[in-house]
Amino acid sequence: MSIQDKVIAIIAEQALLEPSDVTTKSTLDDLGIDSLGLVESIFAIEEEFDITVPFNANAPDQSDFDITSVAAIIAGIEKLVSEK
Amino acid sequence: MKRVVITGAGTINALGHSVSETMEAMREGRCGIGKLEMRDVDRLAIQIGGQVRGFEAEGRFNRQQMALYDRFTQFALIAAREAMAQSGLEFSGELAARCGVVLGNSGGGMTTLDDNYRTVYEDGKNRVHPFVVPKLMNNAAASHVSMEFNLKGPSFTVSTACASSNHAMAQAFQMVRYGAAPAMLTGGSESMLCFGGVKAWEGLRVMSKDACRPFSANRNGMVQGEGAGIFVFEEFEHAKARGAEILCEVAGFAMTSDASDIVMPSKRGAARAISGALTDARIDPSEVAYVNAHGTGTAANDKTECAAVADVFGPHADSLMISSTKSMHGHLIGGTGAVELLACIMALRDGIVAPTIGYDEADPECALDVVPNEAREADVQVALSNAFAFGGLNAVLALRRI
Repeated sequence: MSIQDKVIAIIAEQALLEPSDVTTKSTLDDLGIDSLGLVESIFAIEEEFDITVPFNANAPDQSDFDITSVAAIIAGIEKLVSEK
Repeated sequence: MKRVVITGAGTINALGHSVSETMEAMREGRCGIGKLEMRDVDRLAIQIGGQVRGFEAEGRFNRQQMALYDRFTQFALIAAREAMAQSGLEFSGELAARCGVVLGNSGGGMTTLDDNYRTVYEDGKNRVHPFVVPKLMNNAAASHVSMEFNLKGPSFTVSTACASSNHAMAQAFQMVRYGAAPAMLTGGSESMLCFGGVKAWEGLRVMSKDACRPFSANRNGMVQGEGAGIFVFEEFEHAKARGAEILCEVAGFAMTSDASDIVMPSKRGAARAISGALTDARIDPSEVAYVNAHGTGTAANDKTECAAVADVFGPHADSLMISSTKSMHGHLIGGTGAVELLACIMALRDGIVAPTIGYDEADPECALDVVPNEAREADVQVALSNAFAFGGLNAVLALRRI
């Protein structure tokens, strides 16, 4: 499984959707993932890839991690994995 | 209904080991938050907190007591001793039979839990100290306070996360107000600043790595504190008859539940609690000069709280002062409302309003007078103390100068 497929699987599980229903263009809002769901997804991603995602729920837009779309999340994780 | 006054106060927290030290720090806008000192701190992503420093149990408690008292119980007893000494009350006979202690606490003996989980999981031991259960139970602090001061009436612990102390004090207030008890000890205590406690909070991603800056546009989360605040609530005539020094009057309270989300606060729930407390105390909103905010420094709380205050007070919201002392002592979770009540007492009795420190940048969503960075002299006749807990449980107290 690629990083993209793994991230989509994690997000789909959080959104109670099939992975095929999650596209890279989707936003978390589109998928119905709230702040608690987001924090849980990031935890699952960190566990899956053994990385630390720099994310503060108080200032999501100021964190060094872009969550504006699934594609942005995947890109951020690919970067963190490559830097590991 | 009887009038209820406060005749004793005690505390230990990151700002000081007594009420006078704490109020002095609040007047000076001093910050008690610093680098955490604890085992395995390098494994924590969040390494700051409002720790109680320079505190030794030795000398304050004997060997057997130390074996039985978790840190949150020790804090409660130290604060209770100060409050009792100030009040001059002694409990015996019929008075002792009717008076009790209601304390707020959220985590129980977290240090005890942490240490003993380490013993069995990390060190692989199969035996723990015999007092683990009586040390960690949430009611341990209230029970030991009842024993030390001979309180034989209604005593229990209230656990409503960050609103625990306010809910507890509201319970004690009702008992005195309705004549069930001539006096009650009340307040709260917490010691969640241990490795496991910080780790748990870290997981939620709402903690700041550098400072607690309530209402400031650049705020980035809460900072944990620890400690206790304990008060003697006493029936007014009872206090007057014995010539007790009265710190202020507890005039009313309200409790509400958001019934909506386990972590996100609700403006309506908060506003109902604030206006409910005013109604209960028969206070006109225009009389309120100071609100001690819940003000956690999270994005969600501070803007919701300001919106609730604006809703309840209308145009008067712009002329009242609202500050969060969590910027100085951190968030004491189940003990927080108790330590914050001291800021209300200081405002009412001494005419000094504690500041919100760490305030850098105005936030249009928190456009109230948050008493930024420096304490202020003001004539405060009525003050409110807000607490809005995870789980959507809110409790607001209304206090009056006497």
